[in-house]
This record gives sequence, structure tokens and C-alpha cells, in this order.
Amino acid sequence: MQNARTFTPSADKSAILWRSFRTATWLGWQIESNWADPFLFAVYSFVKPLASAGILVIMYSVITGGAFDEPIFPYIYLGNAFYIYVGAVMNGVSWAVIDDREHYKTLKYMYVAPITVPGYLLGRGVARMLIGTISVAITVLFGVIFLNLPLSITTINWPLFFVTLIIGVIMLALLGLILAGITLMIANHVWFLGEAVAGALYVFSGAIFPLEVLPAWIRPVGFVMPITYWLELIRRALVGNIAAAFPTLAQLSDLQLLGILSGMTLVFGIGALVIFRWCENWARERGMIDMVSNY
Amino acid sequence: MDFAIQTENLGRIYKLRSTKKQETRTLEALKDVNLQVNPGEVFGLLGPNGAGKTTLIKILTTLLAPTNGYARVSGFDVLKDPEQVRRRINMVSGGESSGYGLLTVRENLWMFAQFYGIPSKVANERIKTLLERVGLVDRMNTKSSELSTGLRQKMNIVRGFLTDPDVLFLDEPTLGLDVGASREVRTFIRQWVENDPSRTLLLTTHYMVEADELCDRVAIINKGQVLACDTPAQLKHRLQKDVIFKLDVSPLNGMDLHELEDLRGVNNLTRTQLEGGTRLQLLLEDDSILGAVVNKLTSHNVQIQNLEKREPTLEDVFVDLVGRSMEEVESGSNAH
Repeated sequence: MQNARTFTPSADKSAILWRSFRTATWLGWQIESNWADPFLFAVYSFVKPLASAGILVIMYSVITGGAFDEPIFPYIYLGNAFYIYVGAVMNGVSWAVIDDREHYKTLKYMYVAPITVPGYLLGRGVARMLIGTISVAITVLFGVIFLNLPLSITTINWPLFFVTLIIGVIMLALLGLILAGITLMIANHVWFLGEAVAGALYVFSGAIFPLEVLPAWIRPVGFVMPITYWLELIRRALVGNIAAAFPTLAQLSDLQLLGILSGMTLVFGIGALVIFRWCENWARERGMIDMVSNY
Repeated sequence: MDFAIQTENLGRIYKLRSTKKQETRTLEALKDVNLQVNPGEVFGLLGPNGAGKTTLIKILTTLLAPTNGYARVSGFDVLKDPEQVRRRINMVSGGESSGYGLLTVRENLWMFAQFYGIPSKVANERIKTLLERVGLVDRMNTKSSELSTGLRQKMNIVRGFLTDPDVLFLDEPTLGLDVGASREVRTFIRQWVENDPSRTLLLTTHYMVEADELCDRVAIINKGQVLACDTPAQLKHRLQKDVIFKLDVSPLNGMDLHELEDLRGVNNLTRTQLEGGTRLQLLLEDDSILGAVVNKLTSHNVQIQNLEKREPTLEDVFVDLVGRSMEEVESGSNAH
């Protein structure tokens, strides 16, 4: 057929992936940072995580009688602080489906466009990841300044920290893609899905207590979750001596843990893409891609 | 020759269930639709709400999978090669307020241009040109949430044309627009096609005038079935043997309109309620039948306030094919 167009979108898959991701990142940042009221933005980014950490600290203080020198305190505090990433990154990716489909009513136009939808959704999650990073940094800083969190710039294993952080963010984004696929398939109740999943993983990932606290029969749930290994590595990088006080993964070296985390990220990544594609086809067969429920 | 759009026995069945306890019902939204749209054609799908027009567009734009049959756009199967199809199409839906309200008009359009891989410089030039043509250039830096429904719809129309697709799908593009804005949009669409005769446009509408004015060919669709497909002139020519009268009459005083329908030579009759009276549209075999109609009305003391003989329109074609006016179909009315 004759093509008289002045421009035809490239068919190069990597170019499509890059422009989907890059433009979605720009859009995500416009949405997340475009708060009409800077005060609300500050509350959301700073006060909310600090309040959440504060509640945990008060509960800890009441239960332990103020034993802030015990290794369990930095274990809990850092686990809780970095768990902010779980909600921010996973929900950041999956929330874009709800936001575009229900709020902006643009999801169908994204699906009609020559983009890679997973690349687009991952890009939309970047802004929330950045805001999550601010929240994590503030929470950790608060712990160091006001709660004597035993964290020293000189003792931190920076290479391990950054490698772990990057792999972890990728892993969480891919888990978010699974969530996004499920969100595509559901019209109602999806508003709560992200928080429900993040909440459920919170208990099993060793974020606020070592897995030994859980009944033996339920611990395997934690061991098959990459978040467990990620949080352990983050603690080892930041406060190695504290992490060593807990036996959960003590028999594994940093390198072994990194290997497990990377392997799981790869497996979950491939799985996430397969699951997302399956969910997408399911949604397309049932007419869910552009379904607005106003639920 | 490759068709721009081709469907063969295309069907779509929806399974409906409001609650888990309810039994699943099925709704056949499309039934064995066979269409061939040539490159360069402006093709209209004309039918009432719920006829299956949007379902067909959703399938052709890869948003929805068909239940049976197949569809090709620009020579590519919408199910097997959706990526290839998406590189060549764009879509605009009317009657909705889609778009990122917190972005300006220019930012919204620029962003979509980026998704299509259009270089920024080219995109910005094209955005300015298109906004000038729809009279929106002075609102280029206005947040789209601050635009009226009509202006936002114009922005969405520009979004569709911005990527200069091979095949453009417009789903009720003038829905919700006032008369002036609708006319501007129609003029813009016509110009776009005339500027490059290889461009193909599929337009769904339930406005007869729009289909008549814009489309090279029209498919009349109702209850998921294509009832007729031809040029507007040919479709109207089907009724050339009939004559059409429009009668505004006083209140019917309980008169049963079947009495008129049963008259020999009355092929069709539709009724529209007016303030203080009724409008009857009659499709008669020839002029001589009108006398019998007038006699019947006057025998019931129904006064004729206005009488007009007119040329057939696509509305008349629809009535002839479906047996009811589009308005009656949309309101679910069974009787005249």
C-alpha cells in the first residue's frame, strides 16, 4: 500500500522500548511532582514516612523499655525505612494502569500507540521511586540524628550498597509489573491491591523482624521472596555487624546473597514479562483495557 | 491490492454478569461483519448507540480481541501483528475528557508525539500548525484541565492527526461539540484527507449529516450487523422510487397510527413528538397515497399544520432498513 506519510515510527524494538520508558518517566515526574500545594507534597514525601517510622519507634520503645542499643533496633528501623521502596516502586508501576485507565482515560491511547507497554509502565514508576528515595533518605537521616542509629559513612560498604539498591529497585519494578498485569484484569477493588500486596510481603520479608520469629511452616514464604535477600544485603552494606547478629541468612556470604538476589530478579523478571503478557491478552479478550468502572 | 481495512466474518460476543450470583448472559455486539475499505477512503460507520460501531473500532485498533473472524489494518492482522498495526494507526474518541489535565495542551501533544518517535523539533512545528488550523493555538500553553469540553476535544483531534497515520479511526469525533465546533472539525477532517489522497479514515457517527458530508462510503450498522454499505448517494438512491413527506400535525386525539401504516402504499412511518403536536415522516410509494393519509388524519380531527415533500436522507435509508428511526432505536421504542 502506498505510504505518503511524512514520518513512520521506527520498528526497532530497543528504540521503541527506550522512547516508551523515557517519555513515561517524563510524564510520571510531571504527575508526581506537579502538586498544586507544595505543603501537601512535603507532607506526602517527608512527614508521612517519618510519622510511620515514629509509630514503629514508639511501639518498640514501649515493648522493649527503650532498648535502643540492642541490634534489633537498627534491624527494624532500617528494614522499615527501606521497605518504603517496596510500596513506592511496586505501586508506582502498577498504579499507572489505574491512573491512566480510570482517571486520565488515556490507557487506550497508550495501547493504540506504538510503544512497549511494560517499558511505559516501568517509566511511570521512576518518579515514585525518586520520591521514595527522598523518603528513605530522610527516614534514615532522622534515625541517625535523633535515635543514634549506628550508621557511619566510613563503615558503610558503598559498592555493595549501590549494587544491592540498583538490583533491588529493578526487582521491585518487575514485581510491580506483575501487579500491573493483575490490575489490568480487574475492574473493581484494584485501588487497594498494591497496598494489600505490599502489606502482605511486609510480614514475610524480614522487614521488621527476623524470619525466625515466624512459625517454621511459614518461613519458606520469606525464603522464596527476593525482598528478603535484598533487605538482608542492604543491612549488611549499611550496618554489617548488626546484620551478623541475626542467624536467618548468616551462613551465606555477601556474594552468595548477591547471586541469589540477581538470580531471583532474573527469574522474577522473565516471569513478570510472561505474566504481564498473559494478563494483557486476557484483558484484551475481555475488553478490560479501556474499561472505566468509576468504582 | 491491499485494503486499508478488511474484515471477514468478524464477530464479538460479550459475556455479561453484574454479580457473581447472576448467570452469565451473552451479548452479540458484532455479527459476521465483512468490510473492505480502500486506501484513501473516508469510510463511515453509521448507526445508533449500541449498534457495535465502537466495538468494531476497538477491534481494529487492537484494543479488543474478536470472538470470531479476522481483521486486517494496512495489511496486518490485528491479532497476530498488533505492533505493526499500531505503527500505522491512530484513534480519537469523542464525548470524553481524556488527557492529562495537569499538562498544557502543547505538552500533552508533544508527549504523544514522543511515543510515536517523532523528533521534538518536527513535533513542535506540527503541533503549532495543527493548533492554528483548529483555532487552538492561543491556548497552547493552557493546562488542558482548564479547557472547555469542546476545546479539549479539539486537542484530542489534533493528537490523532499529529502522527499523520496511514489509517485514522475517529469514534464519534463531534459528540458533545456545539454546531460551530462540529462544523470546524468536519472541515478540518475533509482538508486532511484532501491534502493527501492516500490517507484513510474510518469514522463512526450517529449524525446523518456528518456521514453524508464527510464519507465516500457508509456502512449502516444496527445490532452488530452491517445492513447496507455504499456511497451516500447510492444508499439514498435506493429510496428514489419512494417519496418522503414530513407532516406536522395537531395532537393525534388518541388516533392509532397503525391506521396510517396499514394504508396501501405507506411503506414506512415514524413519529416525533413536538410541543403542541406531532411530526410524522411518511415514506410513500407515490404522491397519490398522500390523499388517503390526509383523509385518515382529518377523519380523526387531526389538523395538518405543515406539509413538506423532501429528498431522501441517510436517516430515511436507516428507517427503510431498520423499520425505525435512529432516535427510536436509541430510546428503545418499539412502536411508532
